[in-house]
Amino acid sequence: MIRTIVAALALGALVNATSAGEPDPRDWDAVLADARGETVYFNAWGGSQNINAYIEWAGAEIERRFGIELVQVKLDDTANAVAKVVAEKAAGKDEGGSVDLIWINGENFAAMKRQDLLMTPGWAEDLPNWQYVDVENKPTVRTDFTVPVEGLESPWGMAKLVFFYDEARTDPADLPSDAQSLLEWARANPGRFSYPQPPDFIGSSFLKQVLVELVEDRSVLQEPVDEATFDAVTAPLFAYLDELHPAMWRSGRAYPQNYPAMKQMLADNEVDIIFAFNPAEASSAIENGELPDTVRSFTFPAGTLANTHFLAIPYNAASKAGALVTANFLLSPEAQARKQDPKVWGDPTVLAPGKLEPADRRRFTALDLGVATLAPDELGPALDEPHPSWMERLEGEWKRRYGVGN
Amino acid sequence: MLARLGPPLAIVLLAGPILFGFFGTLLPALGYLPALGGTEISLAPARMLANEPGIMRSTMTSLAAGLASAAISLAVVALFIAGWSGTRSFARIQHLVSPLLSVPHAAAAFGLAFMIAPSGLLARLVSPGLTGWTRPPDLLIVHDPMGLTMIAGLVVKEIPFLFLMTLAALAQLRVAPTRAIAASLGYGRIAGFIFCLWPPLYRQIRLAVFAVIAFASSVVDVATILGPLTPPTLAVRLVEWMNDPELSMRFLASAGAMLQVAVTGIAILIWIVLERLGAAWRNRFARAGHRFRRDAPARMLGLGLMSLAAGIVIAGLGALAAWSVAGLWPFPDVMPRSVSLKSWAFTLPRIVAPLATTLIVGLIATLIALFLTILCLIREDETGRRGGRGAVWLLYLPLIVPQVAFLFGLQLLFLGGGAKANLPALILAHLIFVMPYVFLSLSDAWRAFDRRFDAVASGLGKTRWRALLRVRLPMLTRAIVTAGAVGFAVSVGQYLPTVLIGAGRLTTVTTEAVALASGGNRRVIGVYAFLQMVLPMAGFLVATAIPALVFRRFRAMRI
Repeated sequence: MIRTIVAALALGALVNATSAGEPDPRDWDAVLADARGETVYFNAWGGSQNINAYIEWAGAEIERRFGIELVQVKLDDTANAVAKVVAEKAAGKDEGGSVDLIWINGENFAAMKRQDLLMTPGWAEDLPNWQYVDVENKPTVRTDFTVPVEGLESPWGMAKLVFFYDEARTDPADLPSDAQSLLEWARANPGRFSYPQPPDFIGSSFLKQVLVELVEDRSVLQEPVDEATFDAVTAPLFAYLDELHPAMWRSGRAYPQNYPAMKQMLADNEVDIIFAFNPAEASSAIENGELPDTVRSFTFPAGTLANTHFLAIPYNAASKAGALVTANFLLSPEAQARKQDPKVWGDPTVLAPGKLEPADRRRFTALDLGVATLAPDELGPALDEPHPSWMERLEGEWKRRYGVGN
Repeated sequence: MLARLGPPLAIVLLAGPILFGFFGTLLPALGYLPALGGTEISLAPARMLANEPGIMRSTMTSLAAGLASAAISLAVVALFIAGWSGTRSFARIQHLVSPLLSVPHAAAAFGLAFMIAPSGLLARLVSPGLTGWTRPPDLLIVHDPMGLTMIAGLVVKEIPFLFLMTLAALAQLRVAPTRAIAASLGYGRIAGFIFCLWPPLYRQIRLAVFAVIAFASSVVDVATILGPLTPPTLAVRLVEWMNDPELSMRFLASAGAMLQVAVTGIAILIWIVLERLGAAWRNRFARAGHRFRRDAPARMLGLGLMSLAAGIVIAGLGALAAWSVAGLWPFPDVMPRSVSLKSWAFTLPRIVAPLATTLIVGLIATLIALFLTILCLIREDETGRRGGRGAVWLLYLPLIVPQVAFLFGLQLLFLGGGAKANLPALILAHLIFVMPYVFLSLSDAWRAFDRRFDAVASGLGKTRWRALLRVRLPMLTRAIVTAGAVGFAVSVGQYLPTVLIGAGRLTTVTTEAVALASGGNRRVIGVYAFLQMVLPMAGFLVATAIPALVFRRFRAMRI
C-alpha cells in the first residue's frame, strides 16, 4: 500500500517536472536536447502521394539529424485532428495528447485559437529559421484569414488560386479573365465547368473568389460577418451562382468532391476548366501521368485569392520540443526549396529569396518549375482572404440554397 | 464451467463499450456535454436538427436505400437459389460470387462508378464508334438525386453477403429430398423451393437481412462515392457535422445520430411488416395450389441478375486494377496510353506496417470472437434456453446502431481511461463489430445442428466435451471457418473505429486507403482496393479449403 502511494507520488513529481519544462524556442539548444528521442505525430491531410512522400523525406532527415522520429498521421480531413484534440480536452487529457503537429489554416486555426487548443505562448517567430520568412511581401504569413497568427502557427507554404485548361481542347484566346467572363464562358460551353461542393475547402474558396470580385466594398469582408448586412453583401454572389449553375457540369445537380477529383474530370474530358490552390498542381500532375502534357495554367489579371498554410502545435502535445524542431526544419531553406520542386510537390515557399545565403538562394533559382506553371510574376495580384466567419456563413447559405435539392 | 463465463463475458466486452458510447452520444444529443459548454438537458439540438435544410429528404433517402437495397438483394438471392441450387450453374456462380464478399464496399463502389459513369468504361467501349461521343455526355448517373446508383452499389455488395449466409444455412436443410417431393407433386423449381424450403431458410438468415437494412440505411463510404449530393444521405451529413471544426455542431451531429438510429429502426419495422405481407402472399399461392411449372423465364432472370451483379463488380475491379498500372488514360480510350508500375513501386514499401496491424488485429479479434461465440452457444445448449430477446438485441446493437452513434462516446471512454492508442484497445474496438457478424454467421447453423448426433455420441459413452470436440465442432467446421472468414473481413473493412480508437497511430490497409481515396486518384485507389481485397479473400480461400480438405472423404458433408 505504502509502496503504491510512494510510486504514485513519484509519478506525480515526474509529470510535474515535465510540464514545468515547457520547451522555449529562444533557448534552441535546450529544445534540441529535449527533442532527441521523441516521436512526433504529424497530423496532415494524406490524400496526395507526392505530399506524403515529401513528409517521408523530411522524417528521414529529421531522424538522421536530430534523432526525432516523425510519424505522419494521414487524415482525410484536417478537422478530424481538431476533433481529436477537442475529444482529449473533453476527457481532461491536458498532457500527453495524441497530436503533436497539425497542418492547418483558416477556419480550423481560428477554431483552435478561439478555444485555447494551441500551444502558448506564440513560438513561431522565435524559431531560428523565422529570420528568412518573407514577412514584408507575404502578409498572410502573419494573418491567417484575417485572424492574427501571433506565433501560434509556423508558416509552411503559400497557396494561390490558379486555373488549368487543356491547350489541345480549349483555345487560350477564349479563356475567361474574371468571374464575370467565366460565367459567359460557361454559358457558351454548357456542362464544361464545375467546382467542388462546399464545404470542401477549394469549393468554398471559389465562392469567396467570386464574392471578393463582385462585392461592392471589399473592406467589409475583412471584418466578421454582420448578420444585418449579410444578405445585401452576398446578393451579387448568389445572383451569379443562380445563373452559373444551369450552365455547369450536371447542371449543378452534382459536384466533384475535391480538387483532385476535378483533376480526374479534366483528364476524363468531363470538364474544360479546373482550378487548384497550388500553382504547380498541373506540372506535378503531368509529371505523374495524371494529366496530358498539353495542360496549361492561367489566372485572373485582377487577382485571385491567396493564403498561407501553417503548422500548429496543440496545447496538450506530448512531444512539443520535437514538434518545434520539426516545424523549424520544414521552414529551412533546404526543406522549402525541395518542397517547391514540382517533381517533389511544387508548393511555393514562404521564405524571401533575398534574405537567404547565396548557396541557399541557388537552390531556388535552380528549380525547373515545369511547363504548366506560371512564373511568380505571372501569377497576378493576390486577393485577401475574407474573415473565417464568411467562409462558414457562405457554406451554410450555399447549402440552404443549393445543397438540398428542389 | 468455462462455458458459463461466455455470455457474461460477451455482454461486458460488447455491450459495455456500446452502451457507454451510446450514452456518450445521447447526452450531447440532449444538449449535455460540459466540455463544450452544454450543462443542461434541452431539446435545442433536436430543434436545430429539425431546422436543418433538406433534413427530411436526407432521411427519406436513407430509409429508402436501406429497404430497397435489402429487398432487391434478397429477391435476387432467393430467386437464384430457388431456381438453381443443386445445379452445375449454381456451383459455377457460387465460385464467382463468394470471393466478392471480401471486396471492400468502397472499392466496389469506385469500380461501379468507373464502369457506369458517362466517362466510364462502358461508355468508352462504344465511343466514339457507336455513339459519336468524343467527349462524355453530360448525364447525371453517378450521384443521381434518387440514389439509384447508390442502391445499385449496395445491392451488388450485399448479394454476396446474403448469398453466403444463405449457403451456410442451406447446408442445414434437407434440400435434395424436399426438392424431390415438391417436384413429384408437380411444382416448378422456384415454387417448390419457395413453398417448402424458404420459410426455414429465411428464419436462419433473418438477422443477416436486418444487418443489411441497418448497414444500407447508415452507410457512409458508398453513399459518399455513389449517393446523392444535394442533399446527401443522413449518415453522410452527420459525419460531416461530427467533423465540423465548429464544435457546437457536435450537438447537432449527436442529435442526427439519434435520428439515424430511428431511421434504421423504422426501416427494420417496415421490413417486418413486409415480411408478414410476403408470407401471407406466399401462403395464398400455396393454398391455391398453383404449381408454377413454367418458370424458365424467372429462372433465367435469377441467373441473369446474379451474373450481372457479380460481373459488374468483377469488371469494375478489373478496371481499377488497370488504373493501378495506368499512365495517362483519357476519354474515350478503352486502354491506358501508357503503363507504369509507379503506383505499385510507391505503395508496396509503405504498406508493411499497416499490413501487419491489419493482420494482427483482424486475426486476434476473429479468434476471440469465435471463442466467445462458441462459449455462448455451448452455454445456450446447456441451459436449454436462448438468451432473452434483450440479450440478443444487445449483441446485435453494433449492427443496428450506426457506428457514429456510439464511437465518439467510445473514444471518450478510452481517453478517460488514460489509455493511449494501443493494440488491445483497437482489438477490442474491432471485436465489437466482428463479434456480431461471427455470431450471426455461426449461431443459426449451430442451433440447426441435429442434436441426435449428441445423443448418439453420449450413447457411445462420450463425455459432453468429447462429443463437442469430436462430433459437433468437426461437423460444423464449414460454418465455423466461414464465420471466421466473415469476421476477419469485417475487421479488415473497419474504418471509423480504427481511425478513432487507433487515433491515427495504428493504421490499417483500410484507413490508408480511405485517406488516399480522399485524393480521388484512381491509380492509388486501384492499388489499395487490390490490397484490401486480397486479405479477406485469403480468409475465404481458407474457409473454402479447410472443409474441402477435412471432408474430402465424407460425401454427405458436401453441399
